[in-house]
Amino acid sequence: MEKFEEKLLEKLTDLHKLPSGAFNLRKNGQAEVRNTTKEIDIVPKKDKSGIDIIVKPNVIGKSVHIPVIISVGGLSDLVYNDFYIGENSDVLIVAGCGIHNATCKTSTHDGIHSFHLEKNSKVRYVERHIGEGEGTGGKILNPVTKCTLKEGAQMIMETTQLGGVTSTVRKTYAKLHNNSRLTIQENILTTDEQTAKTEFKVDLVGKGSGVEVVSHSVARDNSFQEFHSNVIGRNECFGHVECDGILLDNARIISEPKIDAVNKEASLVHEAAIGKIAGDELIKLMTLGLSQKEAEEIIIQGFLLG
Amino acid sequence: MLKNGEKMLKIDKLSYNVKENDKDKEILKDINLSFDENKIYVVTGPNGGGKSTLVKLIMGIINPDSGKIFLDEQDITTLSIDERAKAGISFAFQKPVTFKGLKIKQLLDIASGKTNNVGQSCEYLSAVGLCAKDYIDRPLDDKLSGGEQKRIEIAMVLARGGKVNIFDEPEAGIDLWSFEKLTNIFSSLKSTTTIIVSHQQKILEIADEVILLKNGQIEKVGSYSEVAPLLNQSCAQLK
Repeated sequence: MEKFEEKLLEKLTDLHKLPSGAFNLRKNGQAEVRNTTKEIDIVPKKDKSGIDIIVKPNVIGKSVHIPVIISVGGLSDLVYNDFYIGENSDVLIVAGCGIHNATCKTSTHDGIHSFHLEKNSKVRYVERHIGEGEGTGGKILNPVTKCTLKEGAQMIMETTQLGGVTSTVRKTYAKLHNNSRLTIQENILTTDEQTAKTEFKVDLVGKGSGVEVVSHSVARDNSFQEFHSNVIGRNECFGHVECDGILLDNARIISEPKIDAVNKEASLVHEAAIGKIAGDELIKLMTLGLSQKEAEEIIIQGFLLG
Repeated sequence: MLKNGEKMLKIDKLSYNVKENDKDKEILKDINLSFDENKIYVVTGPNGGGKSTLVKLIMGIINPDSGKIFLDEQDITTLSIDERAKAGISFAFQKPVTFKGLKIKQLLDIASGKTNNVGQSCEYLSAVGLCAKDYIDRPLDDKLSGGEQKRIEIAMVLARGGKVNIFDEPEAGIDLWSFEKLTNIFSSLKSTTTIIVSHQQKILEIADEVILLKNGQIEKVGSYSEVAPLLNQSCAQLK
């Protein structure tokens, strides 16, 4: 790997070298390097591009890293990854895609991820998206995440995109069975002329199931973001959707949270707030000696990474 | 250190108006005040008398229509909030500001202008009666109680270590914490000028000078015993 590719990988995974556990590194549309363990298998799909990640039952405290790097222009990469998490397992999955495009041709990565969580399993799924490179070619990422959580399963999904991605359409679908929990934390920064569209659809079919979605977005310059969520309560369940957006310059954010209590025992809440950085927050930090510009940066950093 | 006769902070003919029904309403009229080093000043008086306006003008949160403010004999009237902060003025808000995502330790670091270790952060929080390990990694957000927010607001002023420390109604919301500890903090701010906006008798009692503001004008400046009879009058008039 080139130096800049190693740096991109580090930004995606926080790793300085390849991890000791299960991993699959995909580069420019091809599997670059892969490692499996006796507890976590990674099997290439035969009918299409992608892999099956199989975590055996009762695997606790292990991790899987499956980063994707694109370092060329004019590449269109579509990949299907399926995650099968065995009963009672508790694992960390680190995914994400970094595009370094120094050309004038657009590169695209569409990652279709399907999670199948068996009874009482737990997953923390960390997904980072990065776009960089001086070329005028687009850096486009369109992830689709489908999750099925069986009884008692828990999933935490942390997705972060901190600038550089020309456009993204992020779709997340989840079906939650009895007593399962899904927590989603999404942080998105768009700048320049970038666009980001997020869609969540969560079906709460099981008794005692619950979802919490927290979306923090910052739109600068002329960028444009859309947030659409749809939480459907079909049983005694709870759902909470919170969408907060900070607007700077000439940016625009549309938020459309929808909740649908099909069952009268469903308890669903949505909150949405979009606006400039609060004046009192800026003034407070200025009384601590920060300039207005420094205060803005600290507030945005805390909002996205805090 | 200031030379003999120099005042830490001076306010010269300060006036502030707001528009009300297209007409100017005077909130503060020709205020002249001077504040010494190593003294506690308590600004008091009826609601709407101009107390919070006065301290916001000193911090630069609002700007006067006329008059000047001097810090160490330097004219700071046109300086921005952050420039005044760097010059040595600190401010604890009446209603503490909360953030989404900024942690208490991070804010204490910003306030003190350095990266504090756990022990140093602990000192600031312990001084306001909070157990540091429970708070350092927590965000300063609405999940904290009003009293907790208020104490952290005061801790940030302690971390700042300014020459002029302003507290706008610091007692509000700290009912579970003793006034004695709060007054101890003010007494401990040696070699500084402390300006407190307050109605509370226990805070008024520790003042070196009480400034009674009424209808945007200074009614009296003096010791608590000198001003106390006028305070009762002000209250009676309000009733």
